[in-house]
Amino acid sequence: MTGQKFKEIAKNGVLVNNPTFRLVLGTCPTLAISSSVFNSLGMGLAVTFILICSNAIISALRKVIPNEVRIPAFILIIATFVTVVRMFLYKYVPALYTSLGVFLPLIVVNCIILGRAESFASKNPVLDSAADGLFTGLGFTLAITLMGLIREVLGAGSILGYKLWDFSIDFFGNTAGAFLVYGLMIAGFNALYEKFENKRKRKNYIEEMQASSLAIQAKENEPASNADVKEA
Amino acid sequence: MTAFLIIIVAAFINNAVLVQCYGICPFLGVSKKMGNALGMGLAVTLVMAITCLVTFPIYNYVLIPLGIEYLEIIVFIFVIAALVQMLEKVIKKFMPPLYNAMGIYLPLITTNCAVLGVAETVMDTTAMETIFHLAEGSFHVGHAVLYGIFLGLGFTLAICLMAGLREKVDNLEMNKHLKGFTITMATASFMAMAFYVFALVQI
Repeated sequence: MTGQKFKEIAKNGVLVNNPTFRLVLGTCPTLAISSSVFNSLGMGLAVTFILICSNAIISALRKVIPNEVRIPAFILIIATFVTVVRMFLYKYVPALYTSLGVFLPLIVVNCIILGRAESFASKNPVLDSAADGLFTGLGFTLAITLMGLIREVLGAGSILGYKLWDFSIDFFGNTAGAFLVYGLMIAGFNALYEKFENKRKRKNYIEEMQASSLAIQAKENEPASNADVKEA
Repeated sequence: MTAFLIIIVAAFINNAVLVQCYGICPFLGVSKKMGNALGMGLAVTLVMAITCLVTFPIYNYVLIPLGIEYLEIIVFIFVIAALVQMLEKVIKKFMPPLYNAMGIYLPLITTNCAVLGVAETVMDTTAMETIFHLAEGSFHVGHAVLYGIFLGLGFTLAICLMAGLREKVDNLEMNKHLKGFTITMATASFMAMAFYVFALVQI
């Protein structure tokens, strides 16, 4: 895998195709889990780990799995890794296991993972797929942690359980607050993205115009220089 | 009395979409028209009822006695996928009008977290017995199916309310970034605020 491709995968996973803000996938855990930074971070890292493993395995087996049964096969692979993560959390991080609750097994039906398996891992080599899993997972983790941060600061007045002040608005800790914060964050992210995209387009346009005007100038100079040569 | 409690808890206090955040994808994707929303809601209810009927005995009478309850995720997801496929075939064969009305939603339900979520919720009998103040070991498959049906009907209620509101909200003039997803989420937020009242009910 070349550095150029690696960069492209990273940019696609975290920014251009950010699963939470751009593609609006995996909404259920984003809304339900993001009431605190700890839960969001745990969920994000669990999904990242499962994405890397499932993408790598699916990509390694992509020539073996028959096309007709690929979806059940993908789901089986994903479910296996979800079970592994669940056992690990049960043994070593019981606090996270309890607070994620039912949403831990529900990672199986998270559309981000099946989506990456179907659209990337089943067509690309192992290393690329693992990198794609890593960066898509990081994009998800960043987005859900940002949401957790906003909701925890406003809804509980704390960060990672440390009290900041005695002021809190319960609304942001509830489902209602989750819906509102998520909607506004998507609007904000899309507005910023569009602004940058427009800027980039304008820059490209100016560069193109400069290049073409240079080419015209060069053309205008050409006959003159030929004439100079003849005169000489 | 227990049945009444289960109905109230499943449909309102633990409303699938507006309290527990299950099944947000169909809630946003299939709520543009009232007819489609109703079809999707009823299809989900049907699948949930059958899922509870099948997965509850599988977990409590097969997986636990054999000591392999850690396989539950894999078993459940395959049972749900197989059920949905079978249901689609059965409805297509015996009830063509119903198939025309909700057949297209059935394949989507496999990846609906509400269905796997309800299977994971009802199989935990100790937790359910604490919620409903039941004696140990008395939460049986009938209770589980009732919970499944009314969680599905709560989902139907939420998605139909959303469809009714969206028919009005989507036609409003507003900033282009707020239009679409954001305003739908804001609408859902107000609905969730209304349902928050049920969380204050003491059972």
